[in-house]
Amino acid sequence: MSALDELTNAYLAAKSDAAFQSELTALLRGYAGRPTLLTEVPRFAAHAGSCRVFLKREDLCHTGSHKINNVLGQALLTRRLGKKRVIAETGAGQHGVATATAAALLGLDCTVYMGEEDTRRQALNVSRMRMLGAEVIPVTVGSRTLKDAMNEAFRNWVSTVEYTHYCIGSVGGPHPFPMMVRDFQRVIGVEAREQIHQATGRLPDAVLACVGGGSNAIGVFHAFIPDTSVALIGCEAGGDGLETGRNAATLSFGSPGVLHGMRTFVLQDADGQTLATHSISAGLDYPGVGPEHAWLQETGRASYQSITDTEAMEAFLLLCRTEGIIPAIESSHALAGALKVGHQLGRDAVLLVNLSGRGDKDVDIAAKWFGL
Amino acid sequence: MSPARASAVGAAFERAAAERRAALVAYLPAGFPSVEGAIEAAIAITEAGADVIEIGLPYSDPLMDGPVIQEAVHRALTGGTQVADVLHTVAAVAAAGAPTLIMTYWNPIEQHGVARFAADLALAGGSGLITPDLPPEEAGPWLAAAADNHLDPVFLVAPSSSDERIKLITSVCGGFVYAASLMGITGARDSVSGQAAGLVSRVRDHTKLPVAVGLGVSNGAQAAQVAAFADGVIVGSAFVQRLLAASSPAEGLARVRELTGELAEGVRSGR
Repeated sequence: MSALDELTNAYLAAKSDAAFQSELTALLRGYAGRPTLLTEVPRFAAHAGSCRVFLKREDLCHTGSHKINNVLGQALLTRRLGKKRVIAETGAGQHGVATATAAALLGLDCTVYMGEEDTRRQALNVSRMRMLGAEVIPVTVGSRTLKDAMNEAFRNWVSTVEYTHYCIGSVGGPHPFPMMVRDFQRVIGVEAREQIHQATGRLPDAVLACVGGGSNAIGVFHAFIPDTSVALIGCEAGGDGLETGRNAATLSFGSPGVLHGMRTFVLQDADGQTLATHSISAGLDYPGVGPEHAWLQETGRASYQSITDTEAMEAFLLLCRTEGIIPAIESSHALAGALKVGHQLGRDAVLLVNLSGRGDKDVDIAAKWFGL
Repeated sequence: MSPARASAVGAAFERAAAERRAALVAYLPAGFPSVEGAIEAAIAITEAGADVIEIGLPYSDPLMDGPVIQEAVHRALTGGTQVADVLHTVAAVAAAGAPTLIMTYWNPIEQHGVARFAADLALAGGSGLITPDLPPEEAGPWLAAAADNHLDPVFLVAPSSSDERIKLITSVCGGFVYAASLMGITGARDSVSGQAAGLVSRVRDHTKLPVAVGLGVSNGAQAAQVAAFADGVIVGSAFVQRLLAASSPAEGLARVRELTGELAEGVRSGR
């Protein structure tokens, strides 16, 4: 608790410190590549009821996903806390790569915990992290995926908290993480809201994003929460489908519980044991979800749908073939959601999809899936 | 906030104090090596001299546990151990005479229903609940249920806890205060943390409850060292390690008995 209090105080002080904010803004512009583009994708949209679809191009961020937005903020905060080391959990490896990158940039030691299963399916990112000087520790307990990586990171953090900051990659974990990570990611929606207004002269009818822990989704949703005409739609990992029980669609199929220091929706059994999850996408393969998403669902401000592995992979290939953009499999869940929503809303609709990451890391999985 | 009725746990600490020694508190997870095997081991440990027994409720995400307890808990869950088995274990161990608490992560209690869990635990003859990941700020419903059922709510303090936080935690604690000897997870260590004695003394500034020290205590010498400044010595991983290493249930029982004997001597020689 004292580490969380220390972090809360340091973050709130940094948040209102103009010097901290201007250093972060400079890094986001000069290093991460912000603002990211907004790209209209008409050939893809022809398959989405011929509405207009715009992609927020977080895949063009340095390191290949939106994760860098949060990590630069937390790395600066680590230095401000006087700590010399950062640790992180990672699923797809995108947050791990981003953390390793920021650590190299700011001269911090870095250890990344990654489920053994994920180190296999995202081997490219393991190599990238090691290249950047980070230690990657494969986690061999439990389901060997993101949840267990987070368990190990917490265990290490309590033992090394004096000199270590735990850089959580999603909008989950104990307070202040969900709030802080949301604040660092909301730049996505702030930029996109202005860009789409410039491009179309109005607000979109719907904003779509994939949801595992939910950081890119909160990032793009947050600026639109007051715009009640804009539907906010989260796309969860439906895995093999609802009926199989092999999925990671926490808001669709979970119930309220406590996991990783947060009270939120959890995939669990009657005894409160966390259930095994499945998704083709390592980054969405998590049995909890950021508590702010649970709140958005409960208040009805956002809705969440489940996208199967098959639907996500179809959308993945469609974007490759129609627009020349290889999306991350995580983000492909949001693209699949857009195909459905576009058909429902029809040709006058404007959709904003957060393309949270690029798919270079996924080419092996995709090649195997499509038999290429 | 202590329960009006004298608690069995409190009485065990008083007996130890009257003998001018620290109490020996032993932890074992339910369901490992099997439900009945854990019951036999806990009873063997009681007979060999432990004063209080903590039964761990196996949970899928044991954030504060090291590899030894993680492995035991994993096996317990793979073996199908459920909350009902944990309550059955408490009933059997309490019936054998030891004041018995459950140590648990919070989510299983919330899913069972807080009031229902308290009633079930009391019915099983349990004495209380140790809740490492329940902050006192969130504990209102549990504290009410504990009071209704005369159960001891045990919370943890750590070397990083501020005096203000220690004051808050001890104000809601019952039975004893669980002092984590170090910043870390469960598991045997080569030496007792230098932070433990200072923490116990800071806790005593705020409460008359007994203070028991856990995390990293695994042998008689360490138990003696902790007994010199604490009211209780908590040992967990070292017992579980004996059961993990045993080639048969009988050998496991013999080895936990032997360890209990060594620790019981330790808590008597520390002062």
